[in-house]
Amino acid sequence: MKHDILAVALISAVTILIRFLPFIVFRDSTQVPESITYLGKALPGAVMGMLVIYCLKDISFLAPPYGIPELICAALTAGAYLWKKDTSLSVVIGTVLYMILIQKVF
Amino acid sequence: MQTESNKTRTGDLARAFKATLPVMTGYLVLGMGFGIVMQSCGYGTLWSFAEAVFIYAGAMQFAAVELLRSGASLMTVALTTLAVNARHLFYGISMLERYRDTGRGKWYLVFSLTDETYSLLCSDDALDGVQNKTLYYFTVSILDHLYWITGCTAGGLLDQLIRFETTGADFALTALFVSVFTGQWKGTKDHFYSLTGVICALGCLVIFGRDYFLIPSMILTVFVLMLHARRSPDEA
Repeated sequence: MKHDILAVALISAVTILIRFLPFIVFRDSTQVPESITYLGKALPGAVMGMLVIYCLKDISFLAPPYGIPELICAALTAGAYLWKKDTSLSVVIGTVLYMILIQKVF
Repeated sequence: MQTESNKTRTGDLARAFKATLPVMTGYLVLGMGFGIVMQSCGYGTLWSFAEAVFIYAGAMQFAAVELLRSGASLMTVALTTLAVNARHLFYGISMLERYRDTGRGKWYLVFSLTDETYSLLCSDDALDGVQNKTLYYFTVSILDHLYWITGCTAGGLLDQLIRFETTGADFALTALFVSVFTGQWKGTKDHFYSLTGVICALGCLVIFGRDYFLIPSMILTVFVLMLHARRSPDEA
């Protein structure tokens, strides 16, 4: 019990430290190096690509259903976004189709 | 004048709520999943609630279940947290400018910068037409946190039997990232940043495996981006 409480507190502390760190280090806007400002602009695009891969990392392409439902629904989500430019709508479309595929088809 | 500012405020709040709907779906489902797993390992609702409030990091909370159950050493706990959550450094770096003048509550915004909240706030077009940006940041951040707390707590309370079939609903978060990624891709002519993220992550996933690829791909991404800036300094 005591160990568990310490562990949860520690996870919380380390997570908070990671999230706070950039803001503590670069507290003063005049001291932000150019390279960090550049990364600030470049990272949103790069990170979102990384997160997409991160979400799909548990797919096994060698065993049924070979990641087919995930790939179909990811493509459909992207297509729906291009069509309507609405994040919420495309997420709903992709998710509902995924639920149908995973529960009824595969 | 008064009604005018009330109207724009209501507009911002409504927009923030609408923007968080995909996160609501994903967080409620994933949070409930977490609460149920915790319950099955002998950790009750209070534990799930406390983790949702104070840790507020989905992947890490799932990893923590195993750490708690196996009685892992505090050193292991700290290092695992570092490895799983290091990607949050990136979010902080890209939100430095946006969060600069957000006032006294700024540290709450920083604390609550999860993958999902970040993806709602990091794109330029996310803030098109928003009147009060600080209010918008706070509304999105607080709503997302509340969804997560609600999901985790409900999962601890709900009996397995009265759950409806939610298998696959957690795909909402994948869909959210795919949709934001698509928006960013459409929004710029130069796809170098997006491609760098995808290719570095894919390469490292193949080389290091799914449990260890995140940190190598972060390092590689920064390296490639810096190299790119050096070769075409006008963009940096």
